[in-house]
Amino acid sequence: MDQRIDPAPPLDPALLRGLTQRRYDRRDLMRMFGVGAGLGAAGLALAACGVKGAKQAPATQDDVAKYWAGKKQNGHLDFATWALYMPTDHAPLTAFTKETGITVNYQEVIQDDPSWYGKIQPQLAANKPIGYDLMVVTNGVELSKLIEFGYLAPLDHSKLPNFAQNADPIYKNEPFDKGNVYTIPYTSGYTGIAYNPTYVKEPITKIAQLWDPKYAGKIGMMKDPQELGNFGMLVLGINPETSTQPDWTRAAAKLREQKPLVRAYVQQDYTKSLANGDLWICMGWSGDIFQENASNGSTLQFVVPEEGGSIWTDNMTIPKTAANPVDALMMMDYFYRPPVAAELTEFINYVTPVPATKDIIAKDAAAATGDNKKTLEALLSSPLVYPTDADLSKLRHYASLKTADAQKAYQDTFLPISTG
Amino acid sequence: MGSLRARLTPYALVLPGGLWLAIFFVVPTLILLQFSLMTGNEADGYTFTFAWQNYTQALTTYWPQFVRSLEYGGIATLLCIALSYPIAYWIAFKGGTRKSTYLFLILLPFFVSFVLRTISWQFFLSDNGMLLGPLKDWGLLPADFHILQTSVAVVGGLTYNYLPFMVLPIYVALERVDPGVVEASYDLYCSRTQSFLKVVLPLSLPGVFAGVLMNFVPASSDYVNAEVLGGPDNTMIGNIIQDQALTVRDYPTATALSATLMLALLLGIFAYARALGTETVLEAAAR
Repeated sequence: MDQRIDPAPPLDPALLRGLTQRRYDRRDLMRMFGVGAGLGAAGLALAACGVKGAKQAPATQDDVAKYWAGKKQNGHLDFATWALYMPTDHAPLTAFTKETGITVNYQEVIQDDPSWYGKIQPQLAANKPIGYDLMVVTNGVELSKLIEFGYLAPLDHSKLPNFAQNADPIYKNEPFDKGNVYTIPYTSGYTGIAYNPTYVKEPITKIAQLWDPKYAGKIGMMKDPQELGNFGMLVLGINPETSTQPDWTRAAAKLREQKPLVRAYVQQDYTKSLANGDLWICMGWSGDIFQENASNGSTLQFVVPEEGGSIWTDNMTIPKTAANPVDALMMMDYFYRPPVAAELTEFINYVTPVPATKDIIAKDAAAATGDNKKTLEALLSSPLVYPTDADLSKLRHYASLKTADAQKAYQDTFLPISTG
Repeated sequence: MGSLRARLTPYALVLPGGLWLAIFFVVPTLILLQFSLMTGNEADGYTFTFAWQNYTQALTTYWPQFVRSLEYGGIATLLCIALSYPIAYWIAFKGGTRKSTYLFLILLPFFVSFVLRTISWQFFLSDNGMLLGPLKDWGLLPADFHILQTSVAVVGGLTYNYLPFMVLPIYVALERVDPGVVEASYDLYCSRTQSFLKVVLPLSLPGVFAGVLMNFVPASSDYVNAEVLGGPDNTMIGNIIQDQALTVRDYPTATALSATLMLALLLGIFAYARALGTETVLEAAAR
C-alpha cells in the first residue's frame, strides 16, 4: 500500500494565500478598473439620451373645468408654508377644521424659493404628488417656472367667492399671474431702504443715498438677483417690470460702481446687523423691520425711496398633482374672510390683501388693553402694514422673466455682482 | 466546492461596502462628470454634447474664487496644525487619567449645529459686539475697525470649525508612540528637543497627514463660513457652486466647477503625499 501521507493543511489555503501574497496585483487592479469602466459606460449610455426637459404644456383657464371634474373634498389637507406665517396657536386652522371637518397638516417647511423649488421639481416633472396640496410661493423666477412648466392647477374661481369680494383690486391683476389663473396672494410686502437712525443722521429718501461714500463699509444690499437688479434699475429711473437686457446691463454696471462701498450682500439676516450697527443702511423688507422694532425695541426706519421700491407677493397655489385640491381651494377662500385675514395680519405684520381687515383690527384695538392695545394701534398706523397711497404709487413690480433664457440672462447679469 | 467558496469569500465580504461605494459614490460621480459636459437648459432639457467649453467658461469666470478657496483652505489647515499639535501633545503625554475628559471637551462643540456655531461667531465679532465694542470704547481700536466680512473672519471660522478634525488624528498618532522608544532615545543621549524631532515628530506624522486630509478638503469646499462671516470679497467656490446649482439651476456649470474642485483637491493631496513619502506615511498609519 502506498504510504502517502496526506496531512490536513495547517491553514485554510485561502487564508494562507491572503497572508502571504500581495493584496492586489496589477491584473486585479486592471480588473477593478474594468468594472469601473463598465459602470461608467452604463452612466454614459444613460447620458447619451440626455436629461428630459422640465417643460410640460401649462394649463389654461379653459382647462379649469377639466381639471376640477370629478375632484372631491377628502377631509384632509397638507399645507406647506414659511416660518411665522400663522399665529403660534394655529387658531385659524383649528377654526377651519371645526367648521369644515377638514384636518390640516400645517408645515413651515419653506425657507426660500430656490431650495423649495429644487425639492419639489423632480416630483412635479414626473407627475407625482409632492405631499402638499397647498403651498406659498413668492412671485419671482421660481413661480414663473412653476407656471411656465405647467406644474400648477388652474384655480376654479367659482369656489373663491371671498377672494372675489374681499381682495384689494391691485392683487387681481399682478403681472406675474394676470387674472389669478394659478395663484392668489397670502400676504405681500415691499422692498425699500431700512436704516438705523443712531448712525445715519440725515433723512434717507433716495436709493441714490446707498451710493453715498460717507456710508462706505456700512451699506448692505440684497443678494437676491431680482431684488438687487430692481434697485440698480430704479436708481437709473428704469421700471423693472418692463425692463430688457440692455437695462439690466446698465443697472449691473451701476451696481458694480457701488460695490467697493458695500459691506455685505445680505440674505435673511440683515435686521440684526442693522440693529447692532454692523450695517447702517440696507435694502429691507417692510414686515421684517416692523417685526424687529416690535419684538426687540429697536428704532429702525423704513422708507419707500423716491425712485420707487418693489412690491412682492407670497402666493397660495395648488400643485397640479395635489391629492386634495378641493380642500386646498376651500382653505384659500377661507383665508379671505375678513375676520380670518385680520387674525393673520395681527400676527404676520406684512401687508394684507384684504383691506376690510383695517376696521376689524381697529375694533380689536379699541377692545384691547395694555401692551396688546399699543401693538395693535402701532400695526394700524404703520405704513409698513397699511401702506399710504403715496407709497403705493411708488411701488414697482419685478422684471417679468417668463422664459428660461430670460431668467438665466437676468441671473447671469446680477448674481456675479454679489460674489466677486 | 470548498475551494469555490473559499475563492468567493473575500468578494462576498467586500460586497456590502463595495456596493455602497458604487451606488453612492461611483455612480453619482459619473453622473456629475456627465452633467458637466452637457448643454441645454432646465425647460428644454440637457443633452450630452461633450461640451468641454463648460469647463473653460466656468474657470475663466470663477478662477479668482477657486484660487481663494484653496488659499483659505490651506491657511486654515496650517493654522489648525499649529494649534492642534500642542493640544494633542499635551493631552497624549500630560493628560494622565483625564485624557478622555479633555477629548470630550474638544468634541463638545459638535453637540451644537455647525451653522449655529458659525452664527454665534457673527454675534461675538460684530462691530460693536462683545469683543470689539469694549476695545473701541477704550480707544484701543479705531471706530470703523471690523472683523466680520473680512478674510480674517472666514479663515478664522474655518480654523475654528475644523480644529477637532486635526486634534483627534494627531492625538491618536501620539498616543500610539511607545514611551519605551522615547526612553531609548534618552538612553542614546538625545536631548529633549532631539528626542522630539527625531522620534516623536516622525512617528506622529501619519496623524498630521490624516488631519490635513480631513481639514483641507472640507475647508476648501466649505461655503457656510464665507456665507455667514464673509463679505463680497470673500466668496468661495462652494458658494458659487451652490448658487449655480440652486438659484441659477445651471447644472453644467455647477458640475464642471465641482469636478474641477475634486480634481484640484486630489492633485493637491497626491502632491502632498508624494512630498511626505506616501509609502512610509500610509504604512505607518496602517500599523
